[in-house]
Amino acid sequence: MSRPRTEAEYLARLVPPSVAGIGRRRLLAGAAGAGALLGTGALAGCGSDSGSGSGSGSKTVSLGSNQSDPNPKAVIAKVMDGFKTSTGIEAQINTVDHNTYQENINNYLQGKPDDVFMWFAGYRMRFFANKGLAGDLTETWGKLSGYSDAFKKASTGDDGKQYFVPTSYYPWAMFYRKSVWEQRGYQVPKTLDELNTLGAQMKKDGLNPIAFADKDGWPAMGTFDVLNLRINGYQFHVDLMAGKETWTSDKVKKVFDTWKGLLPLHQPDSLGRTWQEAAQSLQQKKSGMYLLGLFVAQQFGNDEQNDIDFFTFPEIDPAIGAKALDAPIDGYMMARKPKSEANARKLLEYVGSKDAANITVKNDPSTLVANSGADTSGYTALQKKAAELVGSATEIAQFLDRDTRPDFASTVIIPAFQQFIKNPNDIDGLVNSIENQKKSIFSS
Amino acid sequence: MSDLPLIQADRAVPSPASTATFTGGGRGRRLRLLSRTDRVVITLMVLVPLLIVVGLVWLPALATVALSGTNWDGIGPLSEITWVGGRNYSDVIHNYPPFQPAIHNNLLWLAALFVVATPLGMFLAVLLDKEIRGSRFYQTALYLPVVLSLALIGFVWQLIYSRDQGLLNAVLGTSTDWYGDPDVNIWAVLVAAGWRHVGYIMLLYLAGLKGVDPSLREAASVDGASETSTFFRVVFPVMRPINIIVLVVTVIESLRAFDLVWVINKGRNGLELISALVTSNVVGEASRIGFGSALATIMLMISLIFITAYLAVVMREDRR
Repeated sequence: MSRPRTEAEYLARLVPPSVAGIGRRRLLAGAAGAGALLGTGALAGCGSDSGSGSGSGSKTVSLGSNQSDPNPKAVIAKVMDGFKTSTGIEAQINTVDHNTYQENINNYLQGKPDDVFMWFAGYRMRFFANKGLAGDLTETWGKLSGYSDAFKKASTGDDGKQYFVPTSYYPWAMFYRKSVWEQRGYQVPKTLDELNTLGAQMKKDGLNPIAFADKDGWPAMGTFDVLNLRINGYQFHVDLMAGKETWTSDKVKKVFDTWKGLLPLHQPDSLGRTWQEAAQSLQQKKSGMYLLGLFVAQQFGNDEQNDIDFFTFPEIDPAIGAKALDAPIDGYMMARKPKSEANARKLLEYVGSKDAANITVKNDPSTLVANSGADTSGYTALQKKAAELVGSATEIAQFLDRDTRPDFASTVIIPAFQQFIKNPNDIDGLVNSIENQKKSIFSS
Repeated sequence: MSDLPLIQADRAVPSPASTATFTGGGRGRRLRLLSRTDRVVITLMVLVPLLIVVGLVWLPALATVALSGTNWDGIGPLSEITWVGGRNYSDVIHNYPPFQPAIHNNLLWLAALFVVATPLGMFLAVLLDKEIRGSRFYQTALYLPVVLSLALIGFVWQLIYSRDQGLLNAVLGTSTDWYGDPDVNIWAVLVAAGWRHVGYIMLLYLAGLKGVDPSLREAASVDGASETSTFFRVVFPVMRPINIIVLVVTVIESLRAFDLVWVINKGRNGLELISALVTSNVVGEASRIGFGSALATIMLMISLIFITAYLAVVMREDRR
């Protein structure tokens, strides 16, 4: 071996022997060892958690909150004040930005989560219950009152136990401005044909018939949900979300076909628009209606709140009717090993009580409370109507990304729906692609 | 050989050891050349970076490669991981529609920075080197985007590009969907990315230009060379080290491109980039750790092509 002739060559020669010297096998063993260390560390952490929790005298409980917007955050603070007044236990609220909260939930729940944390009903709740990352609340449910069977069902895991305390919900519907509709003499459509006729009239009047935005990927899920519920019914929708039905079936193709027919009525160029911008087009009277959740009201001024009205998406198949809808439920869950289980259960009992619901009714006009025992006389007209709509619903879906696996929703459905909006003509290719990816994801 | 005095000196040290008869004694002598402190310092200087590199670069990289053969969802102990072989890779290539556009966009990103933004930055540096009036102001103005994070740049440009409420459509009177139309948005984003890249390259290059010996230019102008030929035949070759740095920076910038598209639409709908696909699969609720790792491994392979090419060029040049 000749001497290196330059400094660079000399340095370059140093590298391979140092890597080769350790050897592939030993490196892998080292990696496994490090992994084992991490694993035991996490386990040890959990052990010490539950150990320290045995002190029953502690007067605190921690709460992980995703309500980071100023208004809901203030409401949570008021509810927790109420909890302190009623039980003397202080809740420490750890608020995290809701997107970050959602993205980190896996790590959060596996690390050292707060005793009680906010989450969603539906598949997303059952998923963590199955993984053993949530505490069993069957006992706590025995002390709750004022919940309909629909809410209890939405709080139940695959094993028949309850893991979730629902507190609030909001329906998805077609929102519009009363003043615009009165001025133009529009009537609420009862069937798909009437919706098409109304849309054509709005176009003539220079409006975007249906405001639409899908830059963030999720709003289009609402459109798919409602079309699938109207065309194929609730049970098919749930089974499709659970991966039991195939996406290549004629039933799903019919949903996309109907959607394709409605797309010309939707606001164009939706893939570059946020839902806030679309909602503002409704608020500015440039769009006629908008399929969105009750939170659309956030984009309206206080003086305009009374001008907002809505109707449920019209019937498509008379045999199916128009009684099912998306109404996502938010609520609370308990960590698998809370530091203080007794306090955590007290907190869950309190947030599920009508006292807590009453505080929410008084302070938050953008949501509906789940407890039917609450005094809802403080509801705005819009809230009252929304509560009636959900009350009259025969079945309630949670929303596509809450009803199916999150990996399927975010890495398959979002790009697929955006692809469809871009090019609604290749439905066969689209459903084949979704089905192939679904098989791969659901089999793992 | 005579042009390498440093290596010559280095070569002189072990030469006694290379004679076979004195192997044992030579070894001892060589060790004695270093004092105790020297040896401790050298050991530390080798060990600490080695540990850092192995622990923070090599182990995670190998773990990524290993995980890419599994279907781990990020929950539960390592013992529950199931090995699925090459399934993730075949899924990436045959069963993941965003993958092809992502490769395409990454290459486009590299080409755009390399062909447009980098030369433009170099050109601006040459202009500013002329000590024109207000040079400081231009420097600051052009460098400003570099100080801003790409996430912030994404937001700033969002105000310009928004279809309904943006500046650009208001000024032009058009209704182009700059961020939403998949045929347009990658170019719109490249303008934003280039805007920042130009400033970065300009500053790097300006610093290099300031270091060029003025007598070279004087000699060139005495010989009657024009401005252009002075730059291309004298200044540019002298700036070789800076040119290589600029090249490397350009490649790195285009491979790690991520923030901008993530802020705009999480790398979907025409703005797919491999880095964004990795993130959307691994980070967040999706937690397709195995699948995301396969994407990350593919990205590592692509980076290795460039790294290997770069090292090969640099070493060959140095040997010359």
